[in-house]
Amino acid sequence: MSTPVLDVRGLAYAYPDGHQALFGVDLHVHEGERVALLGPNGAGKTTLVLHLNGILTAGAGSVSVSGLPVDKQHMAEIRRRVGIVFQDPDDQLFLGSVRQDVAFGPANLGLRGAALDRRVMDALDRVGMADFADRPPHHLSFGQRRRVAVATVLAMEPEVLVLDEPSSNLDPASRRELADILRSLDVTVLMVTHDLPYALELCPRSVVLSDGAVVADGKTLDVLTDEALMRDNRLELPWGFDPRAVGSLPA
Amino acid sequence: MGAGHGHRLHFHGHSPVHRAPAHLKLLALLGFMLVVVATPHDWYAAFAAEALVLLGVVALSRVPVTYLAPRMVIEVPFAVFALLMPFIAQGPRTEVLGLTVSEPGLHAGVALLVKGTIGVLASLTLAATTEPQDVLRGLTRLRMPDLVVQIMGFMIRYLDVVTAELGRMMVAMRSRGCEPRSPRHWPTLARAMGALFIRSYERGERVHLAMLSRGYDGRLPSEGRP
Repeated sequence: MSTPVLDVRGLAYAYPDGHQALFGVDLHVHEGERVALLGPNGAGKTTLVLHLNGILTAGAGSVSVSGLPVDKQHMAEIRRRVGIVFQDPDDQLFLGSVRQDVAFGPANLGLRGAALDRRVMDALDRVGMADFADRPPHHLSFGQRRRVAVATVLAMEPEVLVLDEPSSNLDPASRRELADILRSLDVTVLMVTHDLPYALELCPRSVVLSDGAVVADGKTLDVLTDEALMRDNRLELPWGFDPRAVGSLPA
Repeated sequence: MGAGHGHRLHFHGHSPVHRAPAHLKLLALLGFMLVVVATPHDWYAAFAAEALVLLGVVALSRVPVTYLAPRMVIEVPFAVFALLMPFIAQGPRTEVLGLTVSEPGLHAGVALLVKGTIGVLASLTLAATTEPQDVLRGLTRLRMPDLVVQIMGFMIRYLDVVTAELGRMMVAMRSRGCEPRSPRHWPTLARAMGALFIRSYERGERVHLAMLSRGYDGRLPSEGRP
């Protein structure tokens, strides 16, 4: 098999205060896959995500991205390859205009002038926000800010897009629009979410993290219909939602 | 929801004062204020001339007085202090409107009031005619250290976010029968402020993480300057 885009082996991590968040996590994501990372609050999902681009460094085990180990020496390239979209767009958009915010990442990679402009407008085009390039981010709606946050990361042309709770706080129309955007992107996706119908809609494969370890890894439909697994890991479907009744699933 | 509109001090316009480069406006403001502050406090003719120059710039900027006047209330605490000075200060007494006041105190009070008013009006004029982003660019051009400009940029960006958060906390407090304005509830208000500080601090950490994730190395790229 080809080199996985994300290759996490035996990853363990304890916070400086002694709280151990991860106990030997194994996760492999291959090119073009869309994978949902599920699990209750406090399962270690965000901690795992912060290891993928070297914000946190593994206590034990290893992380590599397309064969490149996540270590100090390769940090700039790792952060280009792994694009993380954080949960709160206000944490990600911190400059005076949408254009500047989207340019921030690629400019850090050394892009300048016309090439940078093209990269920025292309990324904004892909999330349907090109008309808002010169607006200050805090004048946009929450859904628009989430889309711009996705563009800030797309502009770095990552190999894998990691989204932390992409559908949280979105109204149903914005939630659907974001799903359309994510489906249209030709990029590997790892999506942390509590929104199980969203995971079913977008991700053929799901990984369940519980108490710092992977407890399930399989087809999203199989995970969501395994009642014992769901109950044991505090996963619940919205009332009235039956995964078996959903007609077309992503391949 | 969406944070409130920023730039509450900016008045959109296209006057020569609006179009002047920000760094020149900053230098002009700094120079003007140094002259005003250095004016001896009994040179009333000089104060009149300075006020005339400033009013001329305001007229040229075409920012309405009705826009600037309400924003000048920020001066009130200083004005109160200036009004107290004639009564508190020592020295020979003199009579004004039937009140016996200290003569040096009277001069100092008037000078403080005049200098303060000129300063506030001049700053408001700069703020009304210059976008915050342009002020930052002007400071960069004036060789202000990059780190300081970055910090100011973040302050401008997150002022609205933090204010909106404070607003929501106040609404939540009121909804539970607490009136933040009443002194009886000041201890609660103080704790809310503490919570807001912690939350802002944590947001700062998250923003920094998000910046590192996009390759931040301590310098903002010139294209990405705030």
